Amino acid sequence: MIEENKENINPESKTTNRRNLLKYGFLTAGLTVAGIGLKKVFSEGNDPGETVKVLTPDGKVYETCSTQLKEYRPGPVTNAEARKGIPNKKFVMVIDLAKCDGCKKCTEACQAMHYTEPDREWIKVFKMHEAEATAPFYFPKPCFHCDNPPCTKVCPVNATFKREDGIVLIDNERCIGCRMCMAACPYSTRFFNWSAPDEKQTAQLGNAAYSPEQSVPRKIGTVEKCDFCPDMIRQGKMPACVSGCPMNVIYFGDQNEDAVTNASGVTVKLSQLLEDNAGYRHLEELGTEPRVYYLPPKNRKYPTPNVNAPGGRENKKPTELNMGDMHM
Amino acid sequence: MENLNSISDEKIIQDLLPQKFNRSGRIWTGVLIAICLVGVYAYYRQLRYGLVVTSMRDYVSWGIYISNFVFFVAISLVGSLITAVFRLSRVEWSTPLTRIAEIIAVAAIIFASIIIIVDMGSPERFYNLFIHGRVQSPIIWDVIVITTYFFISILLLYFPLLPDIKILLRYKETNDNRFKYLAKFYSFLGSFWKGTPEQFKLSERAINILCITIIPVAFTIHTVTSWLFATTYRPGWDSTNFGAYFISGAFLVGGGGVLVAMYVFRKAYHLEKYITEEHFEKMGKMVVLLALLYLYFNINEYLVPAFKMKKSEEAHLTGLFTGEFAPLFWFAILVGMILPIIILLFKRGRKPLPVFVAGIMVVIGAWFKRYLIVTPTLLHPFLPMTNVPDSYRHYFPSWEEWAIALGSLAGALLVITILSRIFPIIPIHETLTEQHETAD
Repeated sequence: MIEENKENINPESKTTNRRNLLKYGFLTAGLTVAGIGLKKVFSEGNDPGETVKVLTPDGKVYETCSTQLKEYRPGPVTNAEARKGIPNKKFVMVIDLAKCDGCKKCTEACQAMHYTEPDREWIKVFKMHEAEATAPFYFPKPCFHCDNPPCTKVCPVNATFKREDGIVLIDNERCIGCRMCMAACPYSTRFFNWSAPDEKQTAQLGNAAYSPEQSVPRKIGTVEKCDFCPDMIRQGKMPACVSGCPMNVIYFGDQNEDAVTNASGVTVKLSQLLEDNAGYRHLEELGTEPRVYYLPPKNRKYPTPNVNAPGGRENKKPTELNMGDMHM
Repeated sequence: MENLNSISDEKIIQDLLPQKFNRSGRIWTGVLIAICLVGVYAYYRQLRYGLVVTSMRDYVSWGIYISNFVFFVAISLVGSLITAVFRLSRVEWSTPLTRIAEIIAVAAIIFASIIIIVDMGSPERFYNLFIHGRVQSPIIWDVIVITTYFFISILLLYFPLLPDIKILLRYKETNDNRFKYLAKFYSFLGSFWKGTPEQFKLSERAINILCITIIPVAFTIHTVTSWLFATTYRPGWDSTNFGAYFISGAFLVGGGGVLVAMYVFRKAYHLEKYITEEHFEKMGKMVVLLALLYLYFNINEYLVPAFKMKKSEEAHLTGLFTGEFAPLFWFAILVGMILPIIILLFKRGRKPLPVFVAGIMVVIGAWFKRYLIVTPTLLHPFLPMTNVPDSYRHYFPSWEEWAIALGSLAGALLVITILSRIFPIIPIHETLTEQHETAD
C-alpha cells in the first residue's frame, strides 16, 4: 500500500496533495488495524493446515491455509515522513536506575525487534562504579536522541537527522559510511555494518521494504543505532526495550503531554517524576541535551552489581515488582 | 649558485633534462608497482566483503586509513611552504627545491583523496557528497578545501613547467630517444607557450597569485583535517591546540620529505652541482626550526591535560605515556622530533647523509604520530567498553589495511618517480635565469 502512496508523493507537492495523502494514509491505517483484528479472529484455535478467510491490509478477502499466516507488519512510511517525524510529539525516555537489576531483558527485546546480532546492543547495560566509596549500579543506555546532537551535525550528507518529534534516525540508503558520526557521539551509541547482514537475518526479513523508522533491513557499509522504535510508536505501541523490561525501569512518552508510561502501563507525570526523584541526564556538561533522563539509583531492591565480574548480572533478581512509589 | 657560473647553458640543460630510468630506477619502479598491485587486490577484497576485512570495529572505527590520510594531507603542505612561502619571501636558494616540493605535494594530495574514499563504507555513494552535501559538516569543508588545494597545487606545478616544456620540446627535433614517446605529451601540455615577454609576465603574475592563495588554503586544509577530530568531545581530540599542532606537524613532515627527496634525486640524477651541500645546510636548519615548533605544540598538547589528569583524559594519557601505546608514543617523539633536532643542530649533522637520515626519521616518526593521534583516543570512550568481543578492545591493522596503506604510500612514491621521469626535477629555465643574473 505504501508503494501506491509513494506514487502520489511529489517532494514539492502542494498542501492539497498532502491533505489527500493524509486522508489516504488514515484510510489504509484503519484497514490495517481491521486486517490484524480479523486475522486474529480467524486464526485463533485453528488446527494446522485448516483453510481460513483473512482480510488483507489493502481490504481484500482471501482464503488461505492457516499455516501460511504470518503476523502482519505494516509497511514502512515514506522517506519524507520518516525524516519529518510524528507530528506534535516530543518523545522522551526516563530510566529509573533504582529499579534496574541488570537482567538485560531490554537488550534482548531490542535485539529481537531489530534482528540484531547477539554482540550488538543498541541498548547496552553498563555496570557503573564511579568511585571507590560510591555504590555500584546498573546503567541501561540507549541512544540519547540528543536535542543538540553531535552526530547529525557532522554528517556530510544528512543521512542521520533530527526529527521534529525529537528522534534521531539514520537513513541507510543515503549513509556513505564515513563514520564521522561514530567519532562524534560521546556515548558510543552508533554501530557500523562492517559486513553484510548474515543469511539468517536476510532470510527472516525477506525483501521487506526499508524505512529509516525500522532501521532494517540493514545494509553493509552503513551506520545503525537505537531508533526509539518509531514504527512501534506509530502503531501506538511502546519501544521494544520499554515493553520488554520486567522491572518497569524504562518509561517512555511524549514530553508535550508531560506523561510517560512503563511496561506495566502505568502512566506518570513526567515533570513530577523527574522532580520527585531528582532526575538527571548523563554527561549533562557536554551540552548535547539528551532526551533520555535518569533517576538516581537510590533505595535499590535488588543486590548491587559485582563490579569485579565481567558483564551481565550475577544475582537472581527478586521477582516482585515494586511499583507503588511510582504512582502519582 | 656561483659554482654554476662556469658551466654553459647547454651543459645545464643536458644535466637537468629528465633521464631514462637506469637499472635501479627500473627495479625501484617495479617494486612500487608490485606493492600498489597488492594494495589494489586488498581493496578488491574490501569492496567484496566490506570493511570487515579491516581490524576496525565499533570502537576503533577509524584506523590506519584515516591516520594515513592525515599523513598525506600533512606532507602535501610542503608544496605551499617551499614554493609559496619561500618564493614570496624571495628565498632564492630554494629554486632547485621548488619542483621537488610541488611534486611531493601533488602526489600526496592525490593519495589523500584516494585513501579517504578507501575508508568509506559505501564508496559507491560518493556522489551523495555532491547531491546531499551539508555545509555544516567538517567532512564537507575538507572535501571543498582539499579539492581547491589539489587544483592550486597542480597549477603551481604546471605554470613554472611551461618554459621548461619549451626547452624539452626543442629536443623533439633532435630525435633524442629519451623523448620519443613523451614529445606528444609535452606538445599537448605546453605547445602554446612561445616564451614571449607577455606570456612570461602573465605567468609570473599567475604564479604570484597562486602563491598568495595557496598559503591560506594550505592552512585551511590541515586545520580542517584537525577539526575532523577537534570538533568531537573525545579525550585526546577535544583540544583547541589542534589546528596549530597539525599545521606545525605538517610543515615538519613536509620538510623531512624534502630532505629525503633531495638526497635521493641528487644521488640518482647526479645533481651535486645543483643541489649543493649548502641546500642541505639550509634545509637542515629549516627542519630544526620546524621540529622545535612541533615539539612545542606537542608539549602543549600533552602536558597541560596531563597536569590536570581529568578523569576522562586519564586512561588515554596514561595509555600513551606508560601504557599500551607508550613504546610507539616515545618512538614518535624521540625519532620524529628529538633525534632529528639533535642531528640537525650541529653543522656536521647538516651534511647530506645525516640530513637524509634525519629526514627519514622525521617522516617515519610522523607516520606513527598520526596513528597515535587517531586510534588511542577511540579506545578510550566515555562509557567503558562492555559486552563486546575481545577484538574490539584492541586494534592492530589487518593485512588488507597494511597492504592498502603501504600501497598508497608506494603509489605516492610512484607518482613522484614518474613525474621526475617526465619533467626536469630542477626547474631548468629558472636555474638558467638565476645563473645569468648572478653572472651579471
